[in-house]
Amino acid sequence: MKLDARIPSGPIEKAWDKARFDMKLVNPANKRKHTVLVVGSGLAGASASASMGELGYNVKCFCFQDSPRRAHSIAAQGGINAAKNYQNDGDSVFRLFYDTVKGGDFRSREANVYRLAQNSVNIIDQCVAQGVPFAREYGGALTNRSFGGAQVSRTFYARGQTGQQLLLGAYQALERQVSTGTVTMFPRTEMLDLIVVDGQARGIVTRNLITGELDVHFGDAVVLASGGYGNVYYLSTNAKGSNVTASWRAHKRGALFANPCFTQIHPTCIPVSGDYQSKLTLMSESLRNDGRIWVPKKKGDKRPPSQIPADERDYYLERRYPSFGNLVPRDVASRNAKHVCDEGRGVGESGLGVYLDFSDAIARLGENVIRERYGNLFDMYQRITDENPYKVPMRIYPAIHYTMGGLWVDYYLQSTIPGLFVAGEANFSDHGANRLGASALMQGLSDGYFIIPYTVGNYIANSKLDKVDESHPVVQEAVAGVKNSIHTLLSIKGKRTVDSFHRQLGKIIWDECGMSRTAEGLKKAIGQVRELKQEFWQNVNVPGSGSDLNQSLEKAGRVADFFELGELMCIDALNRNESCGGHFREEYQTPDGEAKRDDENYSYVAAWGYNGPDSEPTLTKEPLEFEYVHPSQRSYK
Amino acid sequence: MKLTLKIWRQKNRDEKGKFVSYSVNNVNPEMSMLECLDVLNEDLIQRGEEPVAFEHDCREGICGSCGFMINGHAHGPQTATTACQLTMRHFKDGDQLTLEPWRAAAFPLVKDLVVDRRAFDRIIAAGGYISVSTGNAPDGNAIPVPKGIADRAMDAATCIGCGACVAACPNASASLFTGAKISHLGLLPQGKPEQDRRALNMVAQMSEEPFGGCTNIGQCTESCPKEIPLEVIANMNRDYRVATLRKRDDLIQVITPVTTWSSDSKS
Repeated sequence: MKLDARIPSGPIEKAWDKARFDMKLVNPANKRKHTVLVVGSGLAGASASASMGELGYNVKCFCFQDSPRRAHSIAAQGGINAAKNYQNDGDSVFRLFYDTVKGGDFRSREANVYRLAQNSVNIIDQCVAQGVPFAREYGGALTNRSFGGAQVSRTFYARGQTGQQLLLGAYQALERQVSTGTVTMFPRTEMLDLIVVDGQARGIVTRNLITGELDVHFGDAVVLASGGYGNVYYLSTNAKGSNVTASWRAHKRGALFANPCFTQIHPTCIPVSGDYQSKLTLMSESLRNDGRIWVPKKKGDKRPPSQIPADERDYYLERRYPSFGNLVPRDVASRNAKHVCDEGRGVGESGLGVYLDFSDAIARLGENVIRERYGNLFDMYQRITDENPYKVPMRIYPAIHYTMGGLWVDYYLQSTIPGLFVAGEANFSDHGANRLGASALMQGLSDGYFIIPYTVGNYIANSKLDKVDESHPVVQEAVAGVKNSIHTLLSIKGKRTVDSFHRQLGKIIWDECGMSRTAEGLKKAIGQVRELKQEFWQNVNVPGSGSDLNQSLEKAGRVADFFELGELMCIDALNRNESCGGHFREEYQTPDGEAKRDDENYSYVAAWGYNGPDSEPTLTKEPLEFEYVHPSQRSYK
Repeated sequence: MKLTLKIWRQKNRDEKGKFVSYSVNNVNPEMSMLECLDVLNEDLIQRGEEPVAFEHDCREGICGSCGFMINGHAHGPQTATTACQLTMRHFKDGDQLTLEPWRAAAFPLVKDLVVDRRAFDRIIAAGGYISVSTGNAPDGNAIPVPKGIADRAMDAATCIGCGACVAACPNASASLFTGAKISHLGLLPQGKPEQDRRALNMVAQMSEEPFGGCTNIGQCTESCPKEIPLEVIANMNRDYRVATLRKRDDLIQVITPVTTWSSDSKS
């Protein structure tokens, strides 16, 4: 297979304008005759559904939660980037584009990133108009803060709840369309298969999580906006329900999966406290604006932080990266935290933690200013740890947070299956090997508000689709397959719970395909994952039935997919014999321990094709070309 | 430590439910309430019983999925804390915790501790938005918003839609939830053009659902994990009353020629 990203020709600044002008349009009166299925109701899914509903399409939107407002975009804290240059500090569309390509360690597609930077300014306008209560100056203007990997202040925020406010904006726009009848919402509904007829995506098989009924929904196009796969690690900052199932089932139907090993470890999370732990809680990266990160200089120094004098503290990020200091990108900050902990200088009971200290900022700005900026985060920290971060430094440790990899899409966000579009974190397109802070919200909304409504329309206008119904053999086969796998899971009645398998899988992936990776470890992990997968299918215990609310059954289906994805992640990480962004192969580093890329051999997107449960996946490469931002070793020194 | 959990078990809406007591022996004080239920559920599955169904997702207090009554308090006894962030260090060894689902006619039971809160979505769909289609927006800084107004709007906008306010209210009123959205949007200049319509339509939908009325008891704000102030209900009542007095649903009716003026025009 040859991958064609369909990037418009000509200068990058004009690419999106040209693409939009070349698109075919659907007559306004005909739009309601076309059905678009949107899976997921987070920033990308809700904004795409609302915008296509406004245009007049007949939209059906699906989410597994009880309401679209619960989607995990809601938990994003820090902010959203936009090249508004309101601060007059030298920002521009080109600079945001440049920072994002560089931040992604030159493994993203330039044209997509440029369009993202262009759209960023419209996103802020749209959200303000919807009533998103962004932080303001006394004069009434919008205010900004800075984030990792950038030297300008371009991050817009609503306290530490930016994701919540942006999602509620999109959710409200979605509900407005629900009230006008253009969008039909299907909450507590999970997509379990994709229906592909004559090579085109034509529908989905869903399970009603309350009644267990399977349904088939047909459409002219399917948009997956089902988020990332960080929960493969079991412990992550993702919501407990976040899963890869929709993407993975599409992958099994022929959509290529790109760069699965590109996962992001967020440097500032609350450290793990025990075996029962079910998830990790993020402390926004914005805290690094005012907090200073340090560990004791001495190994095994057990004194409380207040008794360690300044000259016995190692502010290691400020020492190693004087120009970016505590605001280095996430991958760099995480690796350095791991490094000092591996040296035995970690803090807290487990030794897996570093201090994030606000005492200097409080002395400089006063407690009130810090409370205003981060109050809710400080409260949350205190609720969880029972320590007061105004008095004692926070303890933080990296945790898995975001996945840059995802289904392969072209410039039009269409996967390798025509009619199947992928938006937001579920696609691979914009962040390369590392995502900069405050860029996930930007991408989700750019895809949903400003790209999908155009490109899906263009696809519909160009397609002649025959009617399909439930009698089609492809549909019957898909429904039977879903029924069968539910039946199998329920009838194994083994000895281990789904969670115990998931925990064990997560530990394998975290140990061998987490913050640092080696060829040897990855090979070992592949073997272990395969073995564990086999045991899962013989020894899992899923209680209850398939005809009512059965949360164990839901989890079992998702974990079954995580096994297959986890294996692919290790295969991809093993294939990529270089270090870049979040993918750090210990064999490939510079003398001072930074990631060492191999542009000659690995400047490509690795897109994997599914060949059945017992066959090796096929690798297809999309070469990356850098015309505007020349690859260099990323330096934040 | 050791706890006894007395949990409401009910297979579905139609079958009768009952309390069942379970003892959980290996509770760590650092655990969250939901992690404590995880431990119980793992144990139940191993014993061949059905685990307790409860709603949860983000487990960091923002998605609004979780929530049930813990010893008679919505989300438990800690203020400003959702069940997922309630750590067990607030309880003592040997304590008994009674867990019940939200009880309100507008939130029909689904299973065990899970209820159906779609009534909230319908209230938002009735008017909890600013009607601005994608692409319609002026520059973000075109409309200055005084900081104090933006902050108050944000205070109201932090509502997570968990339903604790309804569960805590002796009348099972949804006024805090509805008032929070009406306040958030009504305070901002962007929300002004639809202020009247919004109040009329959202209140109408709220009354349509089997929620009770507000009698200013204040349990809602007391139990709200986001500490939404009671003021939002006053805002809602004011907006509703002003809108009712003006009896208009948008500016277009005001400029309608006098000849078609009718005092019983639809409001």
